[in-house]
Amino acid sequence: MTVTDETTEAALQERFDATLADGRKIEPRDWMPEPYRQTMIRQIAQHAHSEVIGQQPEGNWITRAPTLARKAVLVAKVQDEAGHGLYLYSACETLGISRDELNRRLHEGRQKYSSIFNYPTLTWADVGAIGWLVDGAAITNQVMLTRTSYGPYARAMIRICKEESFHQRQGFEIMHTLATGTDEQRAMAQDALDRWWWPSISMFGPPDAESVHTEQSVAWGIKLETNDQLRQKFVDQTVPQADYLGLRIPDPDLRWNEERGHYDFGAIDWDDFWKVVRGDGPCNRERLEHKRATWEAGAWVREAALAHAAKKSGRDTTTEEAR
Amino acid sequence: MRASEQGWPLWEVFVRADRGLNHVHAGSVHAVDAETALQAARDVYTRRAEGVSIWVVRSTEIVASDPDRRDDWFGDLKPYRHPTFYEIPDAIGHM
Amino acid sequence: MTTTTTTPLITFLLRTADDNLVLAQRLGALLARMPELEEDIAVANVCLDHLGQARSLYAHAAMLEGLGRSEDDLAMLRDERQFLNATLVEQPDVDFAHTIVRQFFVDAYQVPFYDVLCGASDPVLAGIAEKAMKEARYHLRRSATWVVRLGDGTEESHDRTQAAVDLLWRYTGDLLALDEIEETLVADGVLPSLDGVRGVFDATVASVFAEATLTLPTDPYQRLGGRAGVHTEQFGHLLPEMQRLYRSHPGARW
Repeated sequence: MTVTDETTEAALQERFDATLADGRKIEPRDWMPEPYRQTMIRQIAQHAHSEVIGQQPEGNWITRAPTLARKAVLVAKVQDEAGHGLYLYSACETLGISRDELNRRLHEGRQKYSSIFNYPTLTWADVGAIGWLVDGAAITNQVMLTRTSYGPYARAMIRICKEESFHQRQGFEIMHTLATGTDEQRAMAQDALDRWWWPSISMFGPPDAESVHTEQSVAWGIKLETNDQLRQKFVDQTVPQADYLGLRIPDPDLRWNEERGHYDFGAIDWDDFWKVVRGDGPCNRERLEHKRATWEAGAWVREAALAHAAKKSGRDTTTEEAR
Repeated sequence: MRASEQGWPLWEVFVRADRGLNHVHAGSVHAVDAETALQAARDVYTRRAEGVSIWVVRSTEIVASDPDRRDDWFGDLKPYRHPTFYEIPDAIGHM
Repeated sequence: MTTTTTTPLITFLLRTADDNLVLAQRLGALLARMPELEEDIAVANVCLDHLGQARSLYAHAAMLEGLGRSEDDLAMLRDERQFLNATLVEQPDVDFAHTIVRQFFVDAYQVPFYDVLCGASDPVLAGIAEKAMKEARYHLRRSATWVVRLGDGTEESHDRTQAAVDLLWRYTGDLLALDEIEETLVADGVLPSLDGVRGVFDATVASVFAEATLTLPTDPYQRLGGRAGVHTEQFGHLLPEMQRLYRSHPGARW
């Protein structure tokens, strides 16, 4: 069969660009420029790893949840994180990379996960703060990603967003219950907000001027809004919620700006942010070590499952032949 | 890491949301055999009672058309196959 | 220690609820610790099923008791000697084999156990049992598959699983033991006979172990006592972790 000019690189690139320009999705077996594929793998993998590592800080409170109802919700929520990690690995694998390879890259520190999970959960209120703030910030980002240009990623995001809305609401409900509870409970809630506020608004990543990936990601339709736009959106919707709870956001510069129609807020300590990204956060080593140790400890199980499946299919073949 | 370390095979998952509907692709899972793939698919993709039936199939068993040839395969629209191609007088009403 | 007017039915409900809660407490600690992501999700489902069963049973026990106690009061304010779960469910997760073998023994017991309870004269209990039996059947399918796979997998998985069986078998007697509580309930017509449960349990274990190339220990020793609140040392660590927060803020809402 002759290769027509339709399949030359230039023609394929043109078709890829046209698909994006029409606002249509790129699908797994489509031709795509290698940098697009690599960016997609990096971003989806980082997102998947974040969900999986994200099980740890909240999972830390399952055995200590104050009531059986809260325990059940927390188990369901942590399970959702695992499920979301799985949807995302699933989407990432359509780009021609295996989950084992992604795991390896995470374990070797070659791929990252969201720095937010490098902070410890010290009290029960942290479970509420994570749901309210961290999941709230994540949803702001993920709602945008339901319209991202890579089909499997966008579909995973639609499913995830549908499921995540309960996460933020249960977090807010925990905070509300604590904020209207005893003095100790109210103090617990305020302490959690104090510790989680800055890390949460840092989650959107560095300011647009310093973000190395933003421009290209916007051009490829991977990102539809910039870090700063998303951060502003999150601050605007969260401040009134904190007011309602009667809790104080730990930012002396936070005030409503009538002219902009947005809240102004103080400067984020980006040195601290980059320190945590580079590995020097309060829990970086523990989180990754837990993940690695679990993976190593499970090796004999994964091996046994494969060995049994091989034996069984061998036996099935023998029976088949005997007939 | 053990020398023999290799991953569990990948399976595609299709879920029927309700009786009367088609099975629709939901995603994938890793599992060593069909029984476990079904169990994993149930645990992963129907946590909120999203399904009444599940199919799983080894990902390597899926045969797909070539997306780069999609114009050759799917480009011909044949408008006369669609009802709106034909003009029916208003007096006839719904047909 | 609160003095309560208890009845055989309330005691029986608490035994069953405690089995489920303590197992759920163990399983809940395993999220993000399983050998594959699919198994993290699976174990969470099993955990939630047991937790749900526990909550329904506590709620019913509290209602029959009529002292205004909540499910959380029952779970969080009773002391070690007041918990009536079988000692099997409190055994720690030494490795994945122990988790699976413990689960398999529980499932092999709960399927016929709940089947009997479906015939309880108390319609609430019968309703709880009917739902729980469906869950238990699914759990059994999963745990039996894993027992076979590990037993008949590699040499290492076989040895680890056999070691788990050798350790945990001695706690199964506690799970299956019947005393005057059950005898009274059967005699009073509240429950159909539970005598057949052990036979079904034994048959399930025998057939799955045969396929898994596992053997039952020949040592006849059985560690009993859980149903009377005499637990293993492990339990004294599990309970305070679960109860601390609720107890340290008396009267608080969560």
